[in-house]
Amino acid sequence: MHELLQQIFSGLVAGAVYASLALALVMIYRATDLVNFAQGEMAMFSTYIAWTLVNAGLPFWGAFIITLLVSFLGGMAIERVVIRPIENAPVLAAVVVTIGLLLIFNSLAGWIYTYTVKDFPSPFPDRPLFGALTTTRDLGVIGVTLVMLALLFAFFRFTKTGLAMRAAAQNPDSARLCGIRVKRLLAIGWGLAAAIGAIAGILVAPILFLDPNMMSGVLVYAFAGALLGGIASPLGAVVGGLIVGVTENLVGTYLIASQLKLTVAFALIILVLVLRPNGLFGTAIVRRV
Amino acid sequence: MTMKRALMAGLSAAGLILAGGLAFAAGQYGPGASDTEIKIGNTMPYSGPASSYGVVGKSEAAYFAMINDKGGINGRKIKFISRDDSYSPPKTVEAVRKLVEEDQVLLLFSTLGTPPNTAIWNYLNDNKVPQLFVASGADKWNDPKHHPWTMGWLPTYQTEGRIYGRYILKNLPNAKIAVLYQNDDFGKDYLIGLRDGLGDDKAGKMIVATQTYETTDPTVDSQIVALQASGADVLMTVAIPKFAAQAIRKVYDIGWKPTHFLCSVSNSVGATLRPAGLEKSVGIISAAYEKDPTDPQWQDTPEYKNWLAWMKTYNTAGNVADGLTVSAYSFAQTMVAVLKASGDNLTRENVMRQAASMHDLKLPMLLPGITLSTSANDFAPIKQMQLEKFDGATWKLFGAVISGR
Repeated sequence: MHELLQQIFSGLVAGAVYASLALALVMIYRATDLVNFAQGEMAMFSTYIAWTLVNAGLPFWGAFIITLLVSFLGGMAIERVVIRPIENAPVLAAVVVTIGLLLIFNSLAGWIYTYTVKDFPSPFPDRPLFGALTTTRDLGVIGVTLVMLALLFAFFRFTKTGLAMRAAAQNPDSARLCGIRVKRLLAIGWGLAAAIGAIAGILVAPILFLDPNMMSGVLVYAFAGALLGGIASPLGAVVGGLIVGVTENLVGTYLIASQLKLTVAFALIILVLVLRPNGLFGTAIVRRV
Repeated sequence: MTMKRALMAGLSAAGLILAGGLAFAAGQYGPGASDTEIKIGNTMPYSGPASSYGVVGKSEAAYFAMINDKGGINGRKIKFISRDDSYSPPKTVEAVRKLVEEDQVLLLFSTLGTPPNTAIWNYLNDNKVPQLFVASGADKWNDPKHHPWTMGWLPTYQTEGRIYGRYILKNLPNAKIAVLYQNDDFGKDYLIGLRDGLGDDKAGKMIVATQTYETTDPTVDSQIVALQASGADVLMTVAIPKFAAQAIRKVYDIGWKPTHFLCSVSNSVGATLRPAGLEKSVGIISAAYEKDPTDPQWQDTPEYKNWLAWMKTYNTAGNVADGLTVSAYSFAQTMVAVLKASGDNLTRENVMRQAASMHDLKLPMLLPGITLSTSANDFAPIKQMQLEKFDGATWKLFGAVISGR
C-alpha cells in the first residue's frame, strides 16, 4: 500500500513537470495555432540563464524575474526573426523551423555550458512529508504548476489581450478586420510561451538536474499530456500531464517492465489522436467560412 | 590440416629468425615507424556531447611531448596524430581510415568510446592494424580469438561487477540485492559481472529486484520506489551521473537506507555526488584502480610529485583535480612501455606481441598492488580494483585489492 501511494505521488510530481511544459505548448498553440518542438530546449536554455544569474550571486527570486523578462523578449525576438518570414508558408515549414531551433538551442547550451550535470537551487525547502511519501520541494512543484494553470486560464478567459490572442490565432483575417493587431499578438504569444517555459525549466531543474538534454525526454511526455487533455486547453494540459505521470509509473511498475514507460506515453498519444483528436477537455474548433 | 598449419607456423618462425638477423643491421619497421619516428594515431571527442573526455587526448599528447623532450623511445620520437570524431561513429571511421591510409600510422592508441571503437573494430582487424588500449570499459575488447588486433585497458564493467559480487558474497552473505541499471550494454555488462561474482545459484536468490531506465526517461524516481518495495537492503546503481544523482537523492528522500554500491563510471564527486547532495551520499561504496589526485594520502609520494611536475610543465591546460588526466598519464605510460619492449622491431605484429606479454607491469599512478598483465589469450590488462567509501567529503579506500578476473 505504501509503495502504491509512493508511486502515485512520484507520478504526480513527474506529471506536474510534464504539465508545466505542456502549458507552454498550449500557450503557443493558442496564440499562434502552431506546435513548437523547440519549447523544451528554449525552457532549458532559459534555465541556464537563471543558473548563470544565481551563480553570479543574485538572489533566487531576482534571478527568476530577470530570466522571465529575458525569456519573454527572447521569445518575441525568435518570432520576429525566424517565424514571421514563413508566416504564409505551409505548416510543415514552421515544424521544420522549430525542429531546427531545437537542435540549435541544444548544441548552443552544450557549447556554452558543457554537458556536465549541474545542480540547480530549489526555492522550496527540502523536507520529507507524510512519512517520506513526498517532499516539500515536490509539493512546491505541483503548487506552482496549479498557479500557472489558474493564471493562464484567467488570461485567456477574462483579459482582452487573451481573448484577442485566441481570435488572432484562430482567424487572423477576421481578427484583423475587427481591429486586432495580429502580428503584435503573435509576438506576445511567443514571448509568453517562452516565459512560461522558463518557469517550467526553473521549476523542474532541481528535480531533474540541469544539463542540455534536461527537457528532451520531458517534451515527449508533455506532448502526450497536452494531447491527452486537449492541446487548446490549459486545464486539459495539466490534467493530461498528471494522468500521463501517474499512468506511466503504475503501468511501468505493476503491469509491464519499466523499459516500456516511454512506449506508454507514445501509445497514449496515438490512442488519443485516433479516438478523441481534440483531447479529453478540448472542443473541436469550428470556423465559420 | 593440422600438419599444414604446423608447417606454416614453422616456416614463418624461420622467416622471423631470418628477419631478426636483418634487424640487427637497421631495425625492422612496419608502416609509420622509422629510425627517427613512430607515428601513433588516435581519435577523441574534442567536440560534441562527450567533449569533456577530450582532455584525455590532450593529456596523452602532453605525455608524449615529455617523452620526446627526454630523447624519445630508443632514440625515436613519437608523432601523436589525434583527430576529433565528436563521439560520432561515422566520423571515427573517416578519421581512422585517414590515419591508416594517408598518415600511415603504426597503430591506433586509446581511441575513445564504445560506439566509436565498435565502428572501427572490424576495419582495423581486417587490415591488421593494432587497436591498442581502447578507452572504453566494455567487455568485448578482450576477444583475442576473433579480434587479435584489439586490446582494452580499463577494468571492464563486468570486472567491476564481479568485484562487487565477490565483496557482497564475503561480507554481506545474507544481502537482498536490488539493481538499477541503464538499459544497454553498459548496464547489462555490470549485471552480468555481479551475477558472475555472486555465483549462478546464489545470484538467483540474492538479487531480489532489478529495474532499468532509458536515457530518455526524465527521472528514475519510480524505479527507486519499486526497488525499495522489494525489501532489498543492498542497492547497486549502474547509471550515468545525472541518473545516479537522481537515484542517490530519491533513496535518501524516501528514507531508504540500503548499502549503496555506485558504479565507478559515476563516482565523480563533482559530477554526481555534489549535485545529489554530499550529505545524501555518505556511506556509498564504489571501486577505484588509480590514485585520486585530490586524495591527500598520495600527495607526499614521489609518484604524485612526478605526475604534478608533468602537469605543471607539459599539461598546463589540464586540471590537477581531474582524474581523467591521471588515466591519460597511465594510458600513455602503457603505450611507451610496450614500444620500449618492442625494441628495434617496430612491426605491427611485434608491437601486438609485446602488448600481449605484459607481466605485472607497475604504473606510478595506479593504486598500490594493481598491475597490468596480458597473455596471448588475455587482452584485458587491468583486472583488479579496490573498494572505497564516501565519507561526506572524499572517497576513502578500504580493504584489500580485489581481483575481478
